[in-house]
Amino acid sequence: MYIIDRRLNPGGKSLANRQRFLRRAKAQIQRAVRQTAGDRDITDLERGGEVSIPADGVREPSFRRSGEGGVHDHILPGNKRFVEGDAIDRPPGGSGGAAGGDSGEGEDDFRFVLTRDEFLDLFLDDLELPDLAKRRVATVETQGLRRAGYTVTGSPVNLALLRSMRNALSRRIAMRRPKSEDLLRLQEEIDRLEEQEGPSERLTALQLELEQLQLRTKRFPYIDPIDLRYRRFEPVAKPVAQAVMFCLMDVSGSMTEHMKDLAKRFYMLLYIFLTRRYKHVEIVFIRHTHEAKEVDEETFFNSPETGGTVVSSALREMQRIVEERYSPDAWNIYAAQASDGDNSPNDGATSATLLRDVILPVCQYYAYLEVGSDSDRMQTGFINHKTSLWQTYETLQVEGANLAMRKVNHRREIYPVFRELFRRRDAEAGARVP
Amino acid sequence: MTVIEHDNLLFHGPDWDFGTIQRIHDAVEAIGVGELGLDVYPNQIEVITAEQMLDAYASIGMPLFYKHWSFGKRFALHESSYRQGLMGLAYEIVINSNPCISYIMEENTATMQTLVIAHAAFGHNHFFKNNYLFKEWTDADGILDYLEFAKGYITRCEERYGHAAVERVLDAAHALMSHGVHRYPRKKRPDLRSEERRERERQLHLEQTFNDLWRTVPTKGAAAKPQLSEERRRALLELPQENLLYFLEKSAPRLQLWQREILRIVRQISQYFYPQRQTKVMNEGCATYCHYRIMTRLHERGQISDGAFLEFLQSHTNVTRQPEFDDPHYGGINPYALGFGMMQDIERICTKPTEEDREWFPDIADSGDAMAVLRDVWANYRDESFISQFLSPHLIRKWRMFHLVDDPDRPELMIEAIHDERGYRRLRRSLSRHYDVGWSDPDIQVIDVDLAGDRRLILHHHVLNRTLLHKDDAQRVLQMVANLWGYAVVLKEVEPATGAIFQEHVAHPHETLF
Repeated sequence: MYIIDRRLNPGGKSLANRQRFLRRAKAQIQRAVRQTAGDRDITDLERGGEVSIPADGVREPSFRRSGEGGVHDHILPGNKRFVEGDAIDRPPGGSGGAAGGDSGEGEDDFRFVLTRDEFLDLFLDDLELPDLAKRRVATVETQGLRRAGYTVTGSPVNLALLRSMRNALSRRIAMRRPKSEDLLRLQEEIDRLEEQEGPSERLTALQLELEQLQLRTKRFPYIDPIDLRYRRFEPVAKPVAQAVMFCLMDVSGSMTEHMKDLAKRFYMLLYIFLTRRYKHVEIVFIRHTHEAKEVDEETFFNSPETGGTVVSSALREMQRIVEERYSPDAWNIYAAQASDGDNSPNDGATSATLLRDVILPVCQYYAYLEVGSDSDRMQTGFINHKTSLWQTYETLQVEGANLAMRKVNHRREIYPVFRELFRRRDAEAGARVP
Repeated sequence: MTVIEHDNLLFHGPDWDFGTIQRIHDAVEAIGVGELGLDVYPNQIEVITAEQMLDAYASIGMPLFYKHWSFGKRFALHESSYRQGLMGLAYEIVINSNPCISYIMEENTATMQTLVIAHAAFGHNHFFKNNYLFKEWTDADGILDYLEFAKGYITRCEERYGHAAVERVLDAAHALMSHGVHRYPRKKRPDLRSEERRERERQLHLEQTFNDLWRTVPTKGAAAKPQLSEERRRALLELPQENLLYFLEKSAPRLQLWQREILRIVRQISQYFYPQRQTKVMNEGCATYCHYRIMTRLHERGQISDGAFLEFLQSHTNVTRQPEFDDPHYGGINPYALGFGMMQDIERICTKPTEEDREWFPDIADSGDAMAVLRDVWANYRDESFISQFLSPHLIRKWRMFHLVDDPDRPELMIEAIHDERGYRRLRRSLSRHYDVGWSDPDIQVIDVDLAGDRRLILHHHVLNRTLLHKDDAQRVLQMVANLWGYAVVLKEVEPATGAIFQEHVAHPHETLF
């Protein structure tokens, strides 16, 4: 008998099966993911989770009898009062009699759990970052090593054994270094002669030959420092696409918790998305009232602030930071601004100029998200209510700037809006590439 | 005295290590082989985790298997219900191979491991090695090698022809799996080990004899082929044929070689599992009876403690519980319960028969040696014949069985038979038919095809009890058959007695698929 401990064997043996399954049902799973994503928290989104798809798409049909029609008979245990010939009323509902549940898998939905990565992949699958053209140019170089032939110097760990031995062999052949078996044979011959005949002419000749060969062996060593070769590595610059994401938010008194919550959801979504597209993503949080300040995440979302609203202050702060730390040559810059739309009346023109002349030219994409309160959702359709900031930005958009703007009132609108902003624009992208 | 008794115990408490497993195995072997006279393949016991058990579930319990999305689906299904606690995992999986591989879970207690070893490594193992169906249809020495070959072959096909193309063939083959077995022995026993060699040789031969010139040789034009008689034509194609996969593999005109080979692989695997489907009651009954005897004996010998024995009894009774038909937990007849009940009944008939038993079972009543009778039963019967032979009036009464008939033409359900003198034989006959796969699987056969004409494939479903095929599924499977066949396929549902046709399904191939 053998006992084998398989517990340490690598798990995930059916991973390949799972991938095939996901691929098979991709369209349906994607739809399910979208649906679930709508009513979920972002933290939940990060976790993956259960989805359910219609069982029909992953059905495995076979020739089997249908449960309806025809004569069925059953042998059942536990008779209590029946005698032969009894007639029993059919149980209501099922026509299949007492054992109607043998039709295999149910026809209802197929539920299963997706991992976080699978979930996000499917969720973000057809989204694309707009204006990726710059990504090829805007790269930062990191140093990496690449194999580049052999060298005669190097550290012992990089010794190329095979190559060194090959060199040694060819040198030994070229120099006619005596082979050890030749020496051995000669020695044996000498020994034999010595034993049998004593000194003779042939013996001295052989001894002389042996001496010479041994000398030669010493002169040409088996392996010599000149044989050694080392693997050479060359430093190469590896391009790494990196991005910085500016989160701008109005935190003045008019922004309620609800609005901040909406903004936060949007930012997190954007962050998840960017981290999946770029190796390296940095985030800069800028909040503003009548003056702007760069803060950390905690302060950004949580600490209250009071004051007026001057949007241009935030744009100026962003401009300063870009100049200081994020050169547009090296970084992909994304900005997302969330605001309730208030701006002080005399700031509109300043903001517009700043945005048009300074910010937008360095940005890949600028998204403006206007967050409204839950209650004024009703109005949007009927009353043409445009906030001052919206009006400002609208003029820019008309001029054709790469600016996207959306209005969001409720949590469940975040995902559709996000998807809309980053929808893959195949036709446009194709036109832009050359 | 107590010290000696303590030393006699195989283990204390629930913990175990590999030494314990070895001791348990040896003690179980001493009883199983020494006292019960079991004849087993060498055992290979593998300890696995819950996750690996789920993996094994997904691939029908086999340690290695080719890749297909349906296994991923099964895994996802099991995983989510396991995570939610809706489903416990089996304590073991056992594979009919030589050596016989039993997987045991690391979470099991020492008692459970003892139970599992007695159940799987000796009970099932004996059954696999000795039952005539397994001897006839499966090749325990070759199965693992064959699966290895199948897995490699399908991977190579995927690399060469693409995932989608392979998946389509596998989908179709899986749909026909239950109609891909030979029900009667053929001349040559399948030798799984030579399968790989055969395939390689065929490939090699094709490559060696390839000559592009043959393509350019002008043909004679449409030579008037001698008209074959219908009889002769069918005979050449071995028609009628109930093994649909076999027929398609051999005769489908437009399949590539690799597609035929995939059909063959699925067919071989289906054939390998065919005995298991026919012997569920006996196989589980045999294993359950063995573990019950072995555990009881271990306890009598003082090798397991009273506590461990109670733990064993608890899971044993769980497994062999048969809810009555009006119980909300009722889900059909539990094969463990029926099998175990019948084995115990046979033991009773052999040792303490009543007058009734002597009348019903004159051959075995009073024979005294229950194990000899049981070993013979395990070797020479399958569920259907076993039940029709050995279900005793005693057990029918004990279970209070009755026979219910649901005829849609009648307004009510009828009780045809109950556990009385008039009913025993009828009950027994009906129950045994339920376990006859030839009766429970729909009988579908290839009837005819005119290869020289329109190549339309004609299948018949011989309808039993006026129960037609599930319409939607039948249409889907038929579509797959048409895709494999390459021409139109028609399936007629026929009443065998009168020849009346209830229904006809037709499918045309998607030209683009193959």
